[in-house]
Amino acid sequence: MNLYTEGDPIADTKAPEGPIETRWDTRRFEAKLVNPANRRKRTVIVVGTGLAGGSAAATLGEAGYHVKSYCYQDSPRRAHSIAAQGGINAAKNYRNDGDSVHRLFYDTVKGGDFRSRESNVHRLAQVSVEIIDQCVAQGVPFAREYGGLLDNRSFGGAQVSRTFYARGQTGQQLLLGAYQALERQVAAGTVEMHARHEMLDLIVVDGKARGIVVRDLVTGEITTDFADAVVLASGGYGNVFFLSTNAKGCNVTATWRAHRKGALFANPCFTQIHPTCIPQSGEHQSKLTLMSESLRNDGRVWVPKEKGDPRPANEIPEDERDYYLERIYPSFGNLVPRDIASRAAKNVCDEGRGVGPGGLGVYLDFADAIARLGQDAVEAKYGNLFEMYERITGEDPNKVPMRIYPAVHYTMGGLWVDYDLQSTIPGLFVVGEANFSDHGANRLGASALMQGLADGYFVLPNTINDYLATGDFTPVTEEHPAAVEARSAVEERINRFLSIDGDRTVDSFHRELGRIMWDYCGMERTDEGLRKAIELIRGLREEFWRRVKVPGSGDDLNQALEKAGRVADFFELAELMCIDALHRTESCGGHFRGESQTPDGEALRDDENFSYVAAWEWGGDQPPVLHKEDLTFEYVHLVQRSYK
Amino acid sequence: MNLTLRIWRQHGPEEKGRMVKYRVEDVSPDMSFLEMLDMLNEELTLAGDEPVAFDHDCREGICGMCSLMINGSAHGPERATTTCQLHMRHFNDGDTIDIEPWRARAFPVVKDLVVDRSSFDRIIQAGGYISAPTGSAPDAHATPVPKADADAAFEAATCIGCGACVAACPNGSGMLFTAAKVTHLGLLPQGQPERDERVLNMIHAHDDAGFGGCTNTGECHEVCPKGIPLASIGRLNRDFLKASRSISR
Repeated sequence: MNLYTEGDPIADTKAPEGPIETRWDTRRFEAKLVNPANRRKRTVIVVGTGLAGGSAAATLGEAGYHVKSYCYQDSPRRAHSIAAQGGINAAKNYRNDGDSVHRLFYDTVKGGDFRSRESNVHRLAQVSVEIIDQCVAQGVPFAREYGGLLDNRSFGGAQVSRTFYARGQTGQQLLLGAYQALERQVAAGTVEMHARHEMLDLIVVDGKARGIVVRDLVTGEITTDFADAVVLASGGYGNVFFLSTNAKGCNVTATWRAHRKGALFANPCFTQIHPTCIPQSGEHQSKLTLMSESLRNDGRVWVPKEKGDPRPANEIPEDERDYYLERIYPSFGNLVPRDIASRAAKNVCDEGRGVGPGGLGVYLDFADAIARLGQDAVEAKYGNLFEMYERITGEDPNKVPMRIYPAVHYTMGGLWVDYDLQSTIPGLFVVGEANFSDHGANRLGASALMQGLADGYFVLPNTINDYLATGDFTPVTEEHPAAVEARSAVEERINRFLSIDGDRTVDSFHRELGRIMWDYCGMERTDEGLRKAIELIRGLREEFWRRVKVPGSGDDLNQALEKAGRVADFFELAELMCIDALHRTESCGGHFRGESQTPDGEALRDDENFSYVAAWEWGGDQPPVLHKEDLTFEYVHLVQRSYK
Repeated sequence: MNLTLRIWRQHGPEEKGRMVKYRVEDVSPDMSFLEMLDMLNEELTLAGDEPVAFDHDCREGICGMCSLMINGSAHGPERATTTCQLHMRHFNDGDTIDIEPWRARAFPVVKDLVVDRSSFDRIIQAGGYISAPTGSAPDAHATPVPKADADAAFEAATCIGCGACVAACPNGSGMLFTAAKVTHLGLLPQGQPERDERVLNMIHAHDDAGFGGCTNTGECHEVCPKGIPLASIGRLNRDFLKASRSISR
C-alpha cells in the first residue's frame, strides 16, 4: 500500500492581492465587523493560555466577546511560553542599524529557508513593533539602558540588534503580561477560566467547529462545551521525541484531534533542534534543558581534534582543539543559525570527537570571554545561566567549559491555516506554535515569542470578526448527535486505556517512540531510515494498545491516564511526520535529508519540486492525503542560505 | 544510592491522608528529585499500585507548577532552587526523605502532593495588572524608565507563583507573593494610575482567600526559589497605608 496519496492543491490562502505592505490593511478593512453590542452574544473557546492563547483570550474579552479559556495546568500562568529565555524580535530600528519591517520580513523568509508564505511573514514583521508597545504599556520589565530607554541585542545570528529581552526570562515576563491581562478579563466577567481541563476532542456541527469535549483533570468528569468559534493555541508537538525542551505536559492532542476531524496538518516534519542544550546524563532523563542561544555570542564551540580524546578540556592545548564553527563558517562563526549549529555538532560527535557521557556533547567555552571582558562582565551577562547549568550538571562554567548538545525545541509544522489563521474547518482558528504559518522550515531565534503575541494580540482578534459577523450560529447543545458522538468516543477511549491492564508503563512506550523519532526523524533523515521508522512505529503502536498499563480510575486525578491519551496521539503524529519527511526528498531548514546535500555537506534545497507547503489530510483507515499549497516569492529572491 | 521515602498519600480533598513508606534503589546522583519520583511511580505502576500524584511541568524551574515540602523545607534543602531543579547528588545513600504537599488553608490538597493554588489567581484578578487594552499603547519609548527602577521591577516580577512562601510561613501568609506583584507594577510609571486601588484590592483578595497575615518571620524569602526580596513586603505595607489614607480622605 502507498504511504500516501495526493489530493487537490490548496487554491486559496485568502491573502489579499496588491503590494505586500498594504495587504494587512486591506484585509482589516475588508473583514466584516461585529457590532460592539452584539459581541457579548458571540462565544469563543480558546484552548491553551500561552503567549498566543492568553493574549487572544484577553484581547477577545476586551473586545466584548464571551470567551471560555482552557488549560491543562493548574493556572494559565504556567503555559510553557514561560520558559522562553532569549528575547522577542521587533523591527523598531531603535539602534539605527539599518533594521526595518522589510528587513525583518526578509530575514524571516530567508531564515525559514523559503518555505513560508510571504504575506503572513510580512504581516508578522509589521505587527512586531506594536507588540513591544503593548507589552511595555502592560508593565513588562524589559531590560533598559541607563538613559531609561529599552535595550536591544543581536540574537541568533541576526546582523541587527532587534531583540528585546528581560534578562534570560523574556518568555516569563511576556507571559505574565498576557496572563495579567487575561485575569483582568476574568475579573471583568468576559472570560471564563477553566484550568486543569484538557481538550480531548473537537465538536464539528454542519462542517463548522462548534465546541470541544473536555476532561476535568481533577474530577475526571467528561463534558462538552460549545461556542461560535474555537481557537486552538495548544503549542507544539516536540514531545513526540519524549526528550525535548518542552514542558512534560506539552502535547499534540488538541491539534491532532482537530486533524482527525478534518483540519489539515502542515509540514509536520519541520522540527527545530536547538544547538545549545544541556546533554543527557543518563537513561532516567525526563526532559532536556535549554541554555539560551545568547551564550553563543561570547562562548566558543569546540571539540578535540583527536577522536576519543580522554583528557579533560583544560588539559587539551589550544592547537589540539577544533573550533569547528569558526573553521567551517568563518563569517558567522559561533553565531550560525540553529539548524546549522545543531547539525555541525552532530557531525563532530558522529566522527567520534564528542565529549562527555556517551560522546554526545561539544564544549562551549567562556575562557576567552572571561579573559577579554573580565569575570564580572561575563557574570553580569550570563550569571543566571551559569548557575542553572551548575545546578543541573554540578560543574561551574567559569572553571570548565560547558558541555552542550542539540535537543528538540520547537516545531514549525502545525495545523494549516489561511491568512486569517483559520484552519480548513470553518470556525476553527489556530494560533502560535500550534499553527504552521510563519517560520517555514526553520525558526529564527526570538521569533516564537513575536509570532505568539502577534497572532494573539493583533492578528486573530482582527480576522475572527469576519467569521463571527457572518454565518448561522444556531445554538448547539450536548444532545446534538455530533456532541454525543464525540463525547462517547472520548469515554470509550478512556475506558479502553484503563481496561488493557498490560505490563508496560506509558512512559516506557513514550521513551521508545522518542528514540525512534530521534534516530530516524531527527537531525538527519534518509529514505531508508524513515521507512524503517514507520515500520517500527506501527509495531510499537500495536504493542502499546495491547500491553500498556494505566493504573487507577477515570474518576479522579490520574496523571498516567492523561499521559496515555497524549502518547496514543503522538504515535499517530509520529507516523505522519515520517511520511512527510520521506516525501520531501530535499533538504531545507530543520529538515536535512542525507540524500540531498551539496558537495561540501550543506543542505541542498530543491525549489523546482518542493516549493510548497505539504498539508496533510487525515485518511482514517486509508493513507493520508497530501494537499500542496504552492509558495510564490515575489519580494524575497530564492537563494541558497550561506553562512560561510 | 538507596533511599527510604515517606510520602503523604491522600486520595481526595475530603479524605484523610497519611504518610506511606517506600524504598527506592539505584538512584543516580544525576537524577533530579522528580526523576527519582518518576522512577518510584514506574515501579508502583508495574506493581499494581497507584502512582503518587505530584504537580510538575516545565522541569526547568520557571513555570512554578512543582511544589513539595522535602524534609520540612519548601522545595528541599538547596537555596534558590525549585524541586524540579533539585538533584539527588544533594542526598546521601541510606537517607530517609519526607515528602509532603504544601500545607496552608488557602491551598487545599487535591490529591497526594497536589494542591489547589487558584487563590493566587484570584489575588491577581483583584488588581495584579495594568489596565492597557490591546492596541491602546503609546510608543514603547514614550516614557523612559530609570534603569534602577526597571531592574528592581524585574527582580520582583520574577516570582513564579509556586506558593513556597505560603507553605513555609507559620501563618500561611501569601504576603510575599502579593508584595512581589505590588512592587513590580508600583515601580513602573505605567503602574502609577492604579497603584492605590491595586494594593487595597489585592490585600482584600488575599485575606478573603484564607491566607494569614505577615508577622515578619522571613521564612518566605528563605525558601523562595527566585529570591524575592523580603523588603518588598515593607514596600507593600507602605503602599497599603498610603492608599488607605488617601482613599479615606
